[in-house]
Amino acid sequence: MAIRYCCFRLLPGVELISVAASPIDPDELRKQLFDPAAGAYCSFEGWVRNENDGQTVLRLEYEAYEPLALTEGEEILAEAKRQFLCQTAHCAHRTGMLEIGDCAVWVGVAAPHRDEAFRACRYIIDQLKVRLPIWKKEHYVDGHSGWVNCERCAAAT
Amino acid sequence: MKSIKVCYFAMFREHAGVNEETLTIDATTAADVFRATRERHGSAEPTGHCKVAINDVMADWDSPVSDGDTVLLFPPVAGG
Repeated sequence: MAIRYCCFRLLPGVELISVAASPIDPDELRKQLFDPAAGAYCSFEGWVRNENDGQTVLRLEYEAYEPLALTEGEEILAEAKRQFLCQTAHCAHRTGMLEIGDCAVWVGVAAPHRDEAFRACRYIIDQLKVRLPIWKKEHYVDGHSGWVNCERCAAAT
Repeated sequence: MKSIKVCYFAMFREHAGVNEETLTIDATTAADVFRATRERHGSAEPTGHCKVAINDVMADWDSPVSDGDTVLLFPPVAGG
């Protein structure tokens, strides 16, 4: 099988993040978190939905600046591990054109207990959304498209 | 005057019409570079929700820029 996650780092002491155009396989990613010391596993999947702000969305296009997305993502995972004492935290984010229902982002955390796992997972997805240099363009049913968070920002000036 | 390579992403790239360009400008900070690109391309995004990196390291708008630097201009991010 071809390497599914072409742009990732797995270094000693560094958490795993991938930012890639290939599909995310949550089952495969989950297996990587098995740990005999972990009593809890928590994951989050972000899916492409068909509506935003009253507009019908046909598909989403993600663009990333991968060098800094990986660096910043590793930092977020390390912060979560420190703050919530979880064993392992991984995440994957898609780039390219995604269809309705596709998995756009996945976060998985293994921890001794459920509270740490839930909190770490929530922290990671919240931070990813505001810190990673990743942009999302919505393509609408009427043929128009727009960059999420950008258009209103530009219009407000 | 400094030679600064500027890289555009997402909406900024579409407004500029190029992925990157090298500008010879009188700039002291990252904000000066951003201002120069807005004047050059006739756009008007505020810095408020935008981010900037210099030579692949996240920076602030008042971070100094040097001759030969690469400045990356990030419009408001929207991962997830």
